[in-house]
Amino acid sequence: MAILVDKNTRLIVQGLTGREGTFHAKASAAYGTQVVGGVTPGKGGTTHEGWPIFNTVQQAVDKTGANTSVIFVPPPFAADAIMEAADAEIELIVCITEGIPTLDMVKAWEFLQTRRSRLIGPNCPGIISPGKCKVGIMPANIHKEGNIGIVSRSGTLTYEAVYQLSTRGIGQSTAIGIGGDPIIGTNFTDALELFNKDPQTEAVIMIGEIGGNAEETAAEYVKKHMKKPVVGFIAGQTAPPGRRMGHAGAIISGGKGTASEKIKAMEAAGIKVAKSPAVIAETLFSVIGVPTTK
Amino acid sequence: MKIHEYQAKAILKKYGVAVPRGEVAETREEAEAVAKSLFAAGASGVVVKAQIHAGGRGKGGGVKIAKSAQEAGDLAAKMLGMTLITHQTGPEGRIVRRLLIEETLPIEKELYIGILVDRGEGKPVFMASAAGGMDIEQVAAESPEAILKEYIDPGMGLEAFQARKLAFQLGMKPQLVNQAVQFMSGLYKVFESTDGSLVEINPFITTTDGRLFALDAKINFDDNALFRHPDLRELRDITEEDPLEVEASKYSLNYIKLDGNVGCMVNGAGLAMATMDIIKYAGGMPANFLDVGGGANAEQVTHAFEILLSDQNVKAVLINIFGGILRVDTLATGVVEAAKKTHIQLPIVLRLEGTNVEAGRQILKDSGLNFMVAETMKDAAEKVVAAAKG
Repeated sequence: MAILVDKNTRLIVQGLTGREGTFHAKASAAYGTQVVGGVTPGKGGTTHEGWPIFNTVQQAVDKTGANTSVIFVPPPFAADAIMEAADAEIELIVCITEGIPTLDMVKAWEFLQTRRSRLIGPNCPGIISPGKCKVGIMPANIHKEGNIGIVSRSGTLTYEAVYQLSTRGIGQSTAIGIGGDPIIGTNFTDALELFNKDPQTEAVIMIGEIGGNAEETAAEYVKKHMKKPVVGFIAGQTAPPGRRMGHAGAIISGGKGTASEKIKAMEAAGIKVAKSPAVIAETLFSVIGVPTTK
Repeated sequence: MKIHEYQAKAILKKYGVAVPRGEVAETREEAEAVAKSLFAAGASGVVVKAQIHAGGRGKGGGVKIAKSAQEAGDLAAKMLGMTLITHQTGPEGRIVRRLLIEETLPIEKELYIGILVDRGEGKPVFMASAAGGMDIEQVAAESPEAILKEYIDPGMGLEAFQARKLAFQLGMKPQLVNQAVQFMSGLYKVFESTDGSLVEINPFITTTDGRLFALDAKINFDDNALFRHPDLRELRDITEEDPLEVEASKYSLNYIKLDGNVGCMVNGAGLAMATMDIIKYAGGMPANFLDVGGGANAEQVTHAFEILLSDQNVKAVLINIFGGILRVDTLATGVVEAAKKTHIQLPIVLRLEGTNVEAGRQILKDSGLNFMVAETMKDAAEKVVAAAKG
């Protein structure tokens, strides 16, 4: 099962002909993902590394039956690329691009409300269902197929959690990086709902960080509806207020969005929170009872 | 990006939002001349306001009223060059380099208006409160119901009815409401056209003679949108920023200086924050946040290293890299180059995982330099904290 991406995913790459797009299209294909083509306006009708290139997402969908798109388009054009994919009724849009202006995302977000697509990101590593499909920029080799769902606002911290699990012999159903921007398509609660319904997923790790209140909202959901154990970690316990910590969304503003508030809300919802990033796997095992031996 | 009050007011004026008459001054003479012309134009008093990128200036002694041009000059002479300490500057304070000299106005009511993007709703929100002049964060914490909110449809902008609703809820007199609608529409235009991340007028005042003014103004811009606003980029004042942070931004490095003595270099913002956390957990304090990004090259790593080491407080360095796009061997090459170039004497602890990790470890080993290699994050944090304590 897994969530959102699997063997049935038919992926197009918006920005396939660029350096990043090419590199990651190849890596995804090498992992077994069905990469069916690319979109680069003006290069339609050509082929790139064996893939057909289209001028528009609509043409790509019509010709290839694509149901998923991954976006490697530069920041000034990325919100437009998201809207184009949504307009072509792509089911799942994964936007990797970092640095999209917030007001562009506000417009794209509004547009998405009128369409049926789901967006993951932007400013995220993407999504992987180990053993089935990889849509994004994560290093594939650290993953292992299994039963733990992971949802995280951070890229490398997701890899850290995956690595801690895999090196202890524990696999993942799906790992989603939802992105570090203030406005993102799929949030913690959306991902938790999907994991809750997924028969392959037995427990979930959620990795949050300072800024906003998405973790608190997700904690409410867990308290009311989650049938599976959830453990967590919040990055930024030592972050100073008022400073943007790399991610556009990682900022404590007006005394809101602190790590301690989030940890409190999560613990109140029965989510066990790892004190240090080094013990994310141990924290999970302490809840679901998997031996911690390597 | 932050700008000064006088710069924000110039932008407001351009969009038809009323601000008090005034000019910026950098010397006592300029200040006196501005005051003189304001008095000549009928001002009953002038206010001398220190221009720094931080709030709380009034309480820190950075806002004073003068009744004559001479007095304004005297105040300016005292304020220019002084170190202003407020609750937002930190204990080191900021040096005052510029002043805004403005007419005083007969204030009737002090209100609050702010515009920002509400993350949960995914929309801009127009906020207003009758509790102007106060710390709005405190109002939000103590009586959130005192903050009025209108969410804005990004395709439509702020509609007149929304502005009217806010004006009436703020308790404005009916004869002032149309003026208020214009004022608020102008503000929203500022927010939209400059890609603002925050436009805040606190206080927004009504005067006893029935006029409305932005008495103070704060505008922050979305850094991600500055590429399309070359004119706004010119407003950056790097004397208000930490010199090391300015240096880091030249090489697209995300660096924030902190107070501890354990320097750290990490790839990815989340992992960088988590690394700071684990240093504290191991009993130390991080000297900085430094995210070299996912696609850093050897040259950037070298610059990152130099910046990290120019902080005199740093006693030991932790490098924590989870190679994804950034391959571990690339990172290792950069670290070795930088270590040789900077003749570093400080202890360096490395924790490396991910793509090409074996090759990376080999490069470190072959370098002949004395690196400490850690197996896990916990191990790395403990080693570096011990090393920093010497």
